Amino acid sequence: MNLKAETLSRIDEVITHYPVKRSATLPLLHLIQEDVGHIPEEAITWIADKLGLEPINVYEVVTFYPMFRRKPIGRRHIKVCRTLSCALLGGYKTCATFEKEFNTHCGEVSPDGEVTVEFVECLASCGTAPVVLIDDDLHEKVDEAKAKQISDQIKAEAKARK
Amino acid sequence: MPAPQQTRIIFKHIDEPGYSNDIGCYVRHGGYEVLKKAVTRPPQELIDEVKKSGLRGRGGAGFPCGVKWGLVDRKSGKPIYLIVNADESEPGTFKDRYIIHQDPHQLIEGTMISCFANNVQQAYIYIRGEFPHGARILEKALAEARAAGFVGKNICGTNYSCDIFVHRGAGAYICGEETGLIESLEGKRANPRIKPPYFPAVLGLYQCPTIVNNVETLCHVKYIAEHGGEAFAKIGTPNNTGTRVFCVSGHVQRPGYYEFPAGTITLGQLLHEICGGPLPGRTFKAVIPGGSSAKILRFGERFKGKRKVGADLVDYDWGVEDVPMDFDSLGMIGTMGGSGGVIVMDDSVNMVEALANINAFYSHESCGQCTPCREGSLWMKKITTRMVHGQARAEDAALLKGVADQIPGRTICAFGEACSWPTQSFLAKFGDEFRQYPETKKTKAADSRALV
Repeated sequence: MNLKAETLSRIDEVITHYPVKRSATLPLLHLIQEDVGHIPEEAITWIADKLGLEPINVYEVVTFYPMFRRKPIGRRHIKVCRTLSCALLGGYKTCATFEKEFNTHCGEVSPDGEVTVEFVECLASCGTAPVVLIDDDLHEKVDEAKAKQISDQIKAEAKARK
Repeated sequence: MPAPQQTRIIFKHIDEPGYSNDIGCYVRHGGYEVLKKAVTRPPQELIDEVKKSGLRGRGGAGFPCGVKWGLVDRKSGKPIYLIVNADESEPGTFKDRYIIHQDPHQLIEGTMISCFANNVQQAYIYIRGEFPHGARILEKALAEARAAGFVGKNICGTNYSCDIFVHRGAGAYICGEETGLIESLEGKRANPRIKPPYFPAVLGLYQCPTIVNNVETLCHVKYIAEHGGEAFAKIGTPNNTGTRVFCVSGHVQRPGYYEFPAGTITLGQLLHEICGGPLPGRTFKAVIPGGSSAKILRFGERFKGKRKVGADLVDYDWGVEDVPMDFDSLGMIGTMGGSGGVIVMDDSVNMVEALANINAFYSHESCGQCTPCREGSLWMKKITTRMVHGQARAEDAALLKGVADQIPGRTICAFGEACSWPTQSFLAKFGDEFRQYPETKKTKAADSRALV
């Protein structure tokens, strides 16, 4: 495992938060996913060693929680809320707009590698529906026009980088 | 009758211009003064105040907080843990988000008072994974509170020490169920535990006595410690004390969060006067009053029966608009106050499609350990999705009911009820719409709004 020094020190720190090391499984998975971008196979055995567990104990956690992913994603992660309050105000059209703008399908990395568009369940901001979580930032009242505008901005940033 | 004024206790500073989430701002507004006084009082006195207040848990079940605290095993000699349930995930609910992001110290103060009252030396805030900024804000707030002596060692200069750590979830709704949450905090899959005989108050985190309280509930504890249980009990109505934060979403003019004394506002006042009524040219069709697992209400239906007012039994005859928004009244008409998430649907919504959306949620979120729930939620999703996207049959309504009726009461946790109540209530209230759906589909506009 080739983790950043900061990640390693945060891992050692977070383990001290719990009287039983196993409790640090989720925090360690979060820290590794933030560093690496996903949970590679070797991370599972690495965490198991670190916490004195069997790899299966970590593996069953990775496969249970929707936020942990086994494969790399696009540079930006667009999570559109799928649940009722957002759907009532057009969440499905919001998602379709992102798919169209980046020429991709839900759950896949776009061909240019810029984004992964995904439907997720309730983001707990139902009063400002439809909502979209892009990386760590919540965007509210994202109708088709606003989805287009956000897509344009992401594309412009990608262009500026190249 | 005009709607009452909002009484903002918990949301007092939410969206207030100039109010920030740092400790300086909180202290300028009188923050941590209640904790300072609380740690000089006998802990049992604080527990008694909470009991007197009648405070009921704001996470969904409405269980009395004082009773929950009273069940804690204090004789085992094991450490007692307190976990803040900040895994807000019941669709339609979004109150805790604003407390965490805009007023985190209110939660920390309420948590510390509750910890002191219950002799807790270690607490965790279990925050849902989808609140990454919320987790950072809480960590920063905790560091500030630690530096100021309100969290950690020797709180407010006393011998009492208690630390709080933030623990992030990872996108699983079932972690809101308290024993699922405990399993998750132990680093495992969030499979809820079998109970009874042992509840978390006796065997919880690490098999130690554990209290799990909702974010809003703990904020109310702060208010109770400040003003006393009796003063709190005067707000609202008997058995539904204090304020409630309602989160309104869906088809209303002004969705959002509104805090009222419990039971003093009716559903009609909330939706028409406070939220501005239906969208232009539309009429209300249905409302889910307490988070998406609460049973749906159909506008136009009436509820009749007898209820207790003081010592008397009086008749009631309510339309949906007349129902007071409290745990007991909503319970009487066959639904629940739940988490306070009110989801409104107007006449543009087809109920088969709305149910298909809800069923997809519950199927995705079932933890999978009990067969009736895992398979039942999956099949309810498959049937309703097929009705919308494939072939719909008139007999699907009966088929759905057959599946839904076999789930509740046959599972380890209340998710079995939560996932079957939508299907049962949609069919009970809108059965014709399900039976007619094969015909309805034929005339559906191609560009109509998709719900699943």
